[in-house]
Amino acid sequence: MHAAVIVFPGSNCDRDLAVAFKAAGATVSMVWHKNTALPEGVDIVGIPGGFSYGDYLRCGAIAANSPICREVAAHAERGGYVLGVCNGFQVLTETGLLPGALLRNAGLKYICKTVGLNVVTADSDYTSGYGSGAVIQVPIAHHDGNYYADADTIAQLQGEDRVAFTYTDNPNGAQADIAGILSPNRRVLGMMPHPERMADPLHGGVDGVALFRALAGALVTA
Amino acid sequence: MKARVHVMLKTGVLDPQGEAVRHALGAMGFDGVKGVRQGKVIELDLDEGATEADVEAMCEKLLANTVIESYSVEMV
Repeated sequence: MHAAVIVFPGSNCDRDLAVAFKAAGATVSMVWHKNTALPEGVDIVGIPGGFSYGDYLRCGAIAANSPICREVAAHAERGGYVLGVCNGFQVLTETGLLPGALLRNAGLKYICKTVGLNVVTADSDYTSGYGSGAVIQVPIAHHDGNYYADADTIAQLQGEDRVAFTYTDNPNGAQADIAGILSPNRRVLGMMPHPERMADPLHGGVDGVALFRALAGALVTA
Repeated sequence: MKARVHVMLKTGVLDPQGEAVRHALGAMGFDGVKGVRQGKVIELDLDEGATEADVEAMCEKLLANTVIESYSVEMV
């Protein structure tokens, strides 16, 4: 598995994401936002958490229009994998690779704590290492994680089994308790919680490891 | 020439910041405020000859997220 982690000015989970990919056996390339091409042979692009471009205008809006994001969109359109975590999820909705948007948390507060997640579907190369219906503990750390989409879009996501994770106890007002969603081909995942922050016993838990291991199993370098 | 873009959350999209402002106004004794919606104003300083259609294209591509926001353009 060759993973590329995108680094924007203001990204702050890029190295954590790289460490989690490497622990699962990946080769990792860090890719600066001004680059106009991804490295050869990239299987998966990781868009990390943080505050790209200072969250100016809207979270993820400016990152979504950066040179490298055009390449990320082309990679996804070719059937490549993309994982967006937290700010990365916001970037993916801003690019249109995933539907909906992330609004300000309903309680207006920045929330940083470990939350329970239901694994709603095991039918993806991200979630196959968990059983459907498993409950895992993963931290969130966001101010704008309140997932919003119109009722038709929510129904479509549910009908197509594209809701990957829901909160066991909704912390931010997200519609249908949604914490993470998949693209129609199930290869693009956006999620607000941080699996890379539950990837080593020293993190206080390892519930994120199965996600990276499942990817590594699916993306064995040919 | 200048353009002024108003960006607001769409009707039906919860605006928790506006709600917090409404509560604060009520707590300060300003009665009768039934709702508050908070948006943003973006002013653009443009080359002569720029059209409203140019600014609308900017809104569609960057200045507003039309999933959750509506916008209006005022050429001034």
